[in-house]
Amino acid sequence: MTDLIEIFFTVGLWASVLRIATPLIFGTLGALLCERAGVLNLGIEGIMTFGAMIGWLAVFNGVDLWTGILVAAICGGVFGLLHAGLTVTLGLSQHVTGLGITLFASSFSYYIFRIAIPAQNTPPTIEPFQPVDIPVLSNLPFFGEAFFTQTAPTYLAIAVALFMAYFLAKTPMGLAVRITGENPHAAEAQGVDPIVIRYGAVIAGSAMMAVGGAFLTLSAFNSFFPTMMQGRGWICIALVVFSTWKPGRAILGAILFALFDAYQLRLQNVLGQVVPYQLFLMLPYILSIVALVIMSRGARVPQALMQPYRKGER
Amino acid sequence: MRIEQREHQSKVLIVVAPLMAVVASLSIAGVLIALAGAPVFEAYKVIFVGAFGSKFAITETLTRATPLIVTGLAAAVAFRARIWNIGAEGQLYMGALLATAVGYQNFLGLPSFALIPLLIVTGAVAGMVMLVIPLGLRLRFGVDEVVTTLLLNFVVLLFVSMMLDGPMKDPLAFGWPQSVPVVDEGLLPKLVERSRLHLGLVIAIALAIMVYVLNQFTVFGLESKAAGFNPVAARFAGVPFEKTLIKVACLSGGLAGIAGAIEVTGVKGLVSNDLSASFGYAGIVVAMLASLNPIGVIFAAIFTAMMFVGSESMSRTFGIPSFIADVVVSLSLLTMLVAVFLSNYRIRR
Repeated sequence: MTDLIEIFFTVGLWASVLRIATPLIFGTLGALLCERAGVLNLGIEGIMTFGAMIGWLAVFNGVDLWTGILVAAICGGVFGLLHAGLTVTLGLSQHVTGLGITLFASSFSYYIFRIAIPAQNTPPTIEPFQPVDIPVLSNLPFFGEAFFTQTAPTYLAIAVALFMAYFLAKTPMGLAVRITGENPHAAEAQGVDPIVIRYGAVIAGSAMMAVGGAFLTLSAFNSFFPTMMQGRGWICIALVVFSTWKPGRAILGAILFALFDAYQLRLQNVLGQVVPYQLFLMLPYILSIVALVIMSRGARVPQALMQPYRKGER
Repeated sequence: MRIEQREHQSKVLIVVAPLMAVVASLSIAGVLIALAGAPVFEAYKVIFVGAFGSKFAITETLTRATPLIVTGLAAAVAFRARIWNIGAEGQLYMGALLATAVGYQNFLGLPSFALIPLLIVTGAVAGMVMLVIPLGLRLRFGVDEVVTTLLLNFVVLLFVSMMLDGPMKDPLAFGWPQSVPVVDEGLLPKLVERSRLHLGLVIAIALAIMVYVLNQFTVFGLESKAAGFNPVAARFAGVPFEKTLIKVACLSGGLAGIAGAIEVTGVKGLVSNDLSASFGYAGIVVAMLASLNPIGVIFAAIFTAMMFVGSESMSRTFGIPSFIADVVVSLSLLTMLVAVFLSNYRIRR
């Protein structure tokens, strides 16, 4: 029993928490931005997969790591443009369109990957992001090693979350996004074009999702393989609800989730002989469902979420 | 430029829309094939010949279409009532697993004509439970069933893997993660000698006709459509909303579970981690291509099966990754959405 509690006092656990949380933070923020403007983006799983693939492929072909991240972001934005075109301009079902984009983006990723890298026994690797020690803070006992020796994209994720919290709460543009998600007709009355706002939010949000995917292949691991996304995108959608559509809480949710995930990984080592490992792997998904059940009731859902908007139509 | 609803939905477009969608997705995928350095028309010809070019190829395509018809129906009935059941993959595996758990020993000594229906019903019940839970969470707590059914797919796959490592492991399988086999009396008879095509195809088509009749000629069919079309109006008109949705969920989950039971008893005789080639997800595309029409589902499933079976031959001939089939199928979902839109709306300057 003490073994189970001691895990919490190991530096390795806490260092891996932020690493596991990073793609979730990017993905959750991306999905959150789309939903705040009133568009559910279920393309997330596929967009993250594509970001992971294209970012890795770019770096494998010789560009530097940050350019890889940029390539992923641009491609994510293109998928966002597609999603916005179908759901905002044409007003198609956001559920089905998003799923279609996920199916398309994933299979397209596998197709491109297989063309670029024919099947091999050991997938080729790249040199991933290395940990960056934050001066002074990384020298702190325990906390230093746990939180301040991450790779650069992890710090970026936290910076983006803080910026997004500021952006949504304090800037005129953020206000425009929020009104569009609550009531696009009111937004239009205020001189805001809901169509433009929704396009912008979905494109930017999708770019973030793709960066989250790219983190997996450029920092957490060093190679790409099909099915590596393992439902992380869907977990992000659950985390958006858990965070009650607030960026600050999105970090918190992602970290809590990652803590749980990191813990179950270590628990496997302790209890792996007695309990089937699959039970541990199931827990993150079950936890997401539980989080949804707890938070969905009375949640402050953006009121115009999933409602298409057409000028002059009620 | 503005978008306006057509006053009359053109009947011709209802048939033409899926064809347009398929042509559009094949054209886009054609560019991808060309980029990979293969001749596009030749490649599509090889796909078609690979799927329909011989008696054996046809039986393979129909074998592949069988589970797709059933998962397509599962998606179609759910979507019609606006239940976004994306969990057919998990429901299918659960159905397969429970059917195998019941069918690996013939305790009661049942003959085939009794054991097979028992296994199919078992699969259906398993699938039902897997969808009624997320629907209950939606009705009770307001949880979007898209996310819960998606997440449950992962839970079920891990559960299956756990069972294949544990209680249901076949001790004679040299350590392969596969289940004990279903007894011979529980296996579906073959339709064609020396092929894999089995009675499941007939069952699938019968189910499609059954769903068609349910939709068109019963109160349940009307109520489920009303519940999907406009919940407020449906309630106002006296449709028991929640009860109707639960019935729809039982039907949809049940169908997906049956797909699993049929796949086990028809093709492999046991459960393994690769029992389903994403039949649950492909069923969504099948349902959309068919505009949720149960009879249309049969044709949409055959098209999808053709892409999967044919692209394997194309992959062998031209070295194009067989993932191209997934690309075409998923693209046709998106192009179909646009095609349906164009048949309902027109764009005016």
